[in-house]
Amino acid sequence: MIRFIISRILQSIGVMLAVGLIAFALFTYVGDPVNNMLGPSASTDDRARLRTELGLDDPFLVQYARFIGRAVQGDFGLSYQYARPVIDIVAERLPATAELSLVAVFLALLVGIPMGIYAGIRPRSWLSKLFMSVSLIGVSLPTFFTGIVLIVLFAIVLRWLPPFGRGDVVMLGWWSTGLLSWSGLKSILLPSVTLSLFQMTLIMRLVRSEMLEIVRTDYIRFAQARGLTSRAIYFRHALKNTLVPVITITGLQMGSIIAFAVITETVFQWPGLGLLFIQALNFGDIPVMAAYLVFVSLMFVAINLFVDILYFVVDPRLRSGWT
Amino acid sequence: MHDGPILQVENLRIEIPTRHRTLVAVDDVSFELARGEVLGVVGESGAGKSLTGAAIIGLLRPPGRIAGGRIWIDGKRVDNLSQAEMRKVRGRIAGAIFQDPMTSLNPLFTVGQQLVETIRTHLDMSRAEARARALSLLAEVGIPAPEQRLDQYPHQFSGGMRQRVVIALALCANPKLIIADEPTTALDVSIQAQIIALLKRLCHEHGTAVVLVTHDMGVIAETADRVAVMYTGRIAELGPVAEVVRAPRHPYTAGLMASIPAIGETRDRLYQIDGSMPRLTNIPQGCPFNPRCPAVFDRCRRERPETVDLGGHRVACWKHGEQEA
Amino acid sequence: MTDQGLSRWAAFWNSDILYEFRRSPLAIVGFVVAGSLILSALLAPILAPYDPYDASGIDLMNGLIPPFWSDGGNMTFPLGTDNQGRDVFSGILYGLRLSLTISVSAVLLSALVGTALGLVAAWVGGWFDSAIMRLADIQLSFPAILIALLVDGVARNVLPQEQHASLAMPIVILAIAISGWVQYARTVRSIAMVEKGKDYVEAARLIGVNPVTIAMRHILPNATGSIFVLGTVHLAIAILTEATLSFLGLGMPPTEPSIGTLIRIGNDFLFSGEWWITILPGVTLALLVLSVNLLGDWLRDALNPQLR
Repeated sequence: MIRFIISRILQSIGVMLAVGLIAFALFTYVGDPVNNMLGPSASTDDRARLRTELGLDDPFLVQYARFIGRAVQGDFGLSYQYARPVIDIVAERLPATAELSLVAVFLALLVGIPMGIYAGIRPRSWLSKLFMSVSLIGVSLPTFFTGIVLIVLFAIVLRWLPPFGRGDVVMLGWWSTGLLSWSGLKSILLPSVTLSLFQMTLIMRLVRSEMLEIVRTDYIRFAQARGLTSRAIYFRHALKNTLVPVITITGLQMGSIIAFAVITETVFQWPGLGLLFIQALNFGDIPVMAAYLVFVSLMFVAINLFVDILYFVVDPRLRSGWT
Repeated sequence: MHDGPILQVENLRIEIPTRHRTLVAVDDVSFELARGEVLGVVGESGAGKSLTGAAIIGLLRPPGRIAGGRIWIDGKRVDNLSQAEMRKVRGRIAGAIFQDPMTSLNPLFTVGQQLVETIRTHLDMSRAEARARALSLLAEVGIPAPEQRLDQYPHQFSGGMRQRVVIALALCANPKLIIADEPTTALDVSIQAQIIALLKRLCHEHGTAVVLVTHDMGVIAETADRVAVMYTGRIAELGPVAEVVRAPRHPYTAGLMASIPAIGETRDRLYQIDGSMPRLTNIPQGCPFNPRCPAVFDRCRRERPETVDLGGHRVACWKHGEQEA
Repeated sequence: MTDQGLSRWAAFWNSDILYEFRRSPLAIVGFVVAGSLILSALLAPILAPYDPYDASGIDLMNGLIPPFWSDGGNMTFPLGTDNQGRDVFSGILYGLRLSLTISVSAVLLSALVGTALGLVAAWVGGWFDSAIMRLADIQLSFPAILIALLVDGVARNVLPQEQHASLAMPIVILAIAISGWVQYARTVRSIAMVEKGKDYVEAARLIGVNPVTIAMRHILPNATGSIFVLGTVHLAIAILTEATLSFLGLGMPPTEPSIGTLIRIGNDFLFSGEWWITILPGVTLALLVLSVNLLGDWLRDALNPQLR
């Protein structure tokens, strides 16, 4: 068990170093930092001095090591766009994205799993067929279009909910939360529904197909032959067995949610990391792009690690294999 | 309380609709089972024996369905019960044991959790009482050190031990009838005999009737009181096991018997029946066995044989039909 | 029609795949909708009343006319106009054409690269195989849309400004295709592994048949069904990705608007009430993706290849 976790951690570090390399390559070869800092009119001497000061003449590996060393301390330099430390901007934007993503995942699981269970247990009922049809529409609607339609409907026509922004936020230390004010809660509703819709349908379809498969297994048949109640069979025996793939997909979907948050944040002008990233892409703000890349990869790697560990909690066969 | 037969099956017909046509997988199957009796059901794979067993406890896999006939368990008509009503029969009055003990147990729950859950579903017991009963059941099915084994997961048991757990699970609520579908097929040969002996002893002690589905005539000869031989979804012959083994009336049964070597016998070649059982999609006209039958005559190719009762020994063969007629 | 022709037609009509098709109303709907959208995209220059690339045909006086069924709308501009007086209907047709060109190219590119990598990985094995599969694993843990965003964003920053417009299309195709090869490579590899072990392939190898010939003749035909299903599903994703990139301002420029660009342009007019500029292209996009997904779902069930 411990050996397994250590090997996974080493693997994660490997992936992060590779991502760091890409981010570093962005820094070094895309755009010219000297140009960015001094402007095109600076003299050749000034440029050379700055190059040396910045260590741009050092060998590749030295520069890479220095980049990694700084990144580990959270130092990604100054944003070209805001002329402030990138890490400060990221810290400011992080709570908005984190809250949006978590609420979306929560919604997706809360709605997707029960729908999937139902559709898996009663595949022939009209409600299951309705779920399946709706889910197909769900995966076919582009996230940004879902957002637009929801804005038109609930913000413009009905005027129930705000069309953009986070509403009022409350500061908890450095963390700004929108979940403690009425306008904040109203504001997060549309973007989180938009963001979760796609994942919700994916989770529903996955749980359904797993359920369909598990309901056909011998141990469910034997459980039926023993006269266990439907509730025990479906919600205890079958559900626990669907958990393993659901955990995997949810983990992978967390990554997806962070990626799709970019789109949702753009549609709703949600002041999070995704919007920051899109602005950086359009502005050519390389330090912010690199920091976002490293940050998002770190999230993915952490989630994958967490998922691997969760397997042990759920599946006793793995536990005994590693002790 | 009903004191007739524990199980009655009357003209059971099972159909499997497919894309092109509806297959008749079991047709006109009738038999009775007395309390505490062991009925062996033997036949090649595809003969409909497992489907018959599944139909009795209401666990036919869709799209298979009961298309005709009636089934009574303990005097209660069950073929038309809803799943919810059937659930009250299963486990309590009629239980089942399946072929593969490796897949019959849920891998994510301990043996004890599965036992306690089953016991408490059927008997009004506290958790502690149910655990005590689970322990005694494990001991009864011959699992050593049940105290420690109770909290282990199925993957920590060997195949034979798992099948013992499965038997314990089937016996949780003391059912009066058990459908055992190929209970030893997936096990090592050396363990098969132990499991059969265990099943036989337990059912004798508890007075449980058993429908023992198998393709192994040897197991039946050793265990069953009566035997039903199935061929292409129909009962070819049904009678007391000693009679059927010693003096088979149906040419198919005769062929089956001749293909089993007796102990101490040395033969250069075992007898084998020519050809193989037809698929359900092209059952021949007349007697389904006629293309392979050594005693075939004209009528067999034209008409399906009626079942003839020769004093507690039923045969579906024109050889015997003509004697009566 | 001759008897033989008739019976061949009957055999085709009764084949399993068409049997499934006739039995599935959703597949038929998907086929009809996707077919007519693709056809109208192909015929855009003939069907469209105006040429959206021709600036001289635009009159600002015709700006913001609503669709014909609303007050103030007329049949000159059946689906209304945008703020610059461009015909929304023509824009949608040409946008569809552009979106489909990009996504079909991206799908073909990924399918080609993925299939080739999968075949070679299965054939060569060893370190090459494990390197490819490891790369696939890592790439799979990053969402396709993020990879597309990055590739597109970086390409923009590397290339000089003046080349952006002319290179926009190849960049978008590459950005979409780059994350797509994984599925093809994995599927083709696993099928090739199975076939490779079979006697007839072994025999062909022993008598010295060229590996490329073996792959083409014996292994690929076994994989076509799966590749086809993957391709259909991937097409839906590619269309969505292209639209998303364009919507975020990273895909096709306003001078050459794809469906996503149209939605982006229209998004600015949402609050002033000109909903048609964004909603109508959006509905078209959703219909296209939905119908392709319907076809993909049906194909997967009908061909039932080894797909997860």
